[in-house]
Amino acid sequence: MTLNLILGQALNGLQFGILLFLMAAGLTLVFGIMSFVNLAHGSLYMFGAYLAATIATHSGSFVLAILSSLVLVFLLGWILDKVGLSILHRRSHLDQVLATFGLVLFSNELVRIIWGNAPIYMDAPSYLSDAVNLFGLNYPAYRFAIIVAGLLVAVGLYFLIERTKIGMLIRAGASNRNMVSALGVNIAWLNRFVFALGAGLAGLAGALVGPIVSVEAGMGEPVLILTLVVMVIGGIGSIRGAFYGALVVGVVDTMGRVFLPIWLRETFDPAMATAVGPALASMLVYLLMAIVLAFRPEGLFPVRARG
Amino acid sequence: MAQPEMASAGSLQPSMRQKWLSIGVLLVLVLVPLYAWLANDVYVLTYFGRLLIFALAAVGLNLILGFGGMASLGHAMYFGLGAYAVGVLSTLGLANGWLHLLVAIAVAGAVAIPVGWIALRTHGMAFIMITLAFAQLFFYLFVSLREFGGDEGLSLAQLSDFGALTGNKFAIYLSVLVCLVGVLWFCRRLVGSRFGLVLRASRFNETRLNALGTASRPYRLTAYVISAQICAVAGFFMANLTGFVSPSLMSWLVSAELMVMVLLGGMGTVFGPVVGAIGLLLIEDGLKMVTVHWPLILGPLIVLAVIVLRQGLWGLLAPNQMTHKTTQSKRGQ
Repeated sequence: MTLNLILGQALNGLQFGILLFLMAAGLTLVFGIMSFVNLAHGSLYMFGAYLAATIATHSGSFVLAILSSLVLVFLLGWILDKVGLSILHRRSHLDQVLATFGLVLFSNELVRIIWGNAPIYMDAPSYLSDAVNLFGLNYPAYRFAIIVAGLLVAVGLYFLIERTKIGMLIRAGASNRNMVSALGVNIAWLNRFVFALGAGLAGLAGALVGPIVSVEAGMGEPVLILTLVVMVIGGIGSIRGAFYGALVVGVVDTMGRVFLPIWLRETFDPAMATAVGPALASMLVYLLMAIVLAFRPEGLFPVRARG
Repeated sequence: MAQPEMASAGSLQPSMRQKWLSIGVLLVLVLVPLYAWLANDVYVLTYFGRLLIFALAAVGLNLILGFGGMASLGHAMYFGLGAYAVGVLSTLGLANGWLHLLVAIAVAGAVAIPVGWIALRTHGMAFIMITLAFAQLFFYLFVSLREFGGDEGLSLAQLSDFGALTGNKFAIYLSVLVCLVGVLWFCRRLVGSRFGLVLRASRFNETRLNALGTASRPYRLTAYVISAQICAVAGFFMANLTGFVSPSLMSWLVSAELMVMVLLGGMGTVFGPVVGAIGLLLIEDGLKMVTVHWPLILGPLIVLAVIVLRQGLWGLLAPNQMTHKTTQSKRGQ
């Protein structure tokens, strides 16, 4: 086990965590302000990846593909909220979960019809296809670019929420929507903006992973479920919790898959380690969640009670 | 905002129409093996057996979802555990059917107690997410266990051994049917008992219930465990019916489908989930015959059902006149 391997995997974990944060940020904002849960968030991520891959192939411009899929999924979110999802805002969480589950089935099939059953691939741009040298460690430039881009978005989001007027309204809406509405703010518009913003971030996450995963129908669900784990660990509705939760889950999942089997092989019988290692590694994140919840049912960064 | 649906009040006294309809549905289900025997058509038993098994699982989920307001998005986990009890034991060379059944129930209980203990510390959205995450944990566990088939699943080396009846489709179908009727009767008794009263009360206002001097959590946990075990029994039958188990049995899509069945049938009615399960699977298979792109239609149908069918199919087929009034007076008190 060299230091380079550990460092490289830690960066991979960070990169995965950043992507999870892009997903979790949207879900958390939407949950915070309208107490709405959207299982189709994973589908928006999938649409982002497909749109980016298609645009990149046809236009040849990678940056254009990323930006336009961000904008297109933002618009898709806007339309979705306008057309139907706003009906669900006042319904129980159970209704929201099941209705958006219907949307998941619909989106996956729609994608199969438009783009076919086979996964499609997207190339990283040539200027990001090499490795960068980080203090002597050769690390894939594209993954490094994802980390940088994700951190920039996180900072931008922090600035938007903490320092702008619209962010102030979002925070106010999360603590008491009726009061905000009574003060003359168009809460329906604010809801729609937040929902579309969350959709756009999911689309961006999908577009960014396009070159490192296979883009296929159903790619959103595993990520969605991990995003839910992130939210539970961080404390549902807390952006700060989503950020730290995403990093913890990303690093634990990535490092666990690599180092847990190695460690088991060194400590126990190799045959048993080969059998149990991968199983245990894939369960690690969920075990972590169970342990966190056993001690902190509200998550690590609980939201203070709101009126 | 997350107010529980107020539709369960009349369910304990089913209307005459509901009574006759449920007897009618059960009668049709009894006639299925007779038809299969006369027409020498075993496939029909496999087909209807699958409907009954999902109905059984949905009835189990409904116990906590419809009556306790616990929206578990992870019950496919117990369904899969019951099926894998058969798969794992028969791979290890242990074929005794009663042992399989016993292990299925015991394992579901052993998993449900800690999972329920942790999950029930939370409410609402968090409960949904946590149960989903736990189901994912076991899904990935069985995906990575190569000895038991991994993600490709496992063809059973040996069905549960019940002597001469082993693998007999008539025997399996009739046992599922008897089991379903027994569980329906049990649920009806349970929901009407003092235990059920606490469970139903906890759905509406847990704080008030606790203030009245009843600790609700032990009741909720017990209901959660019973519900898990019913699903495990359904999984045990599923493995024997198809002779095949795979992690896809505990995929989150199955959990969500079980929930849709409960909602489609009618939350908080004992018999509703049977109608919901059979209804959903028949619609699904009907759509499959029309087009390969059936989810494109099923998805929007589910959205529509959630938005429009507040009382489920069962409420639609047999509207209960009492429901509305009783609900109103209950709220007023």
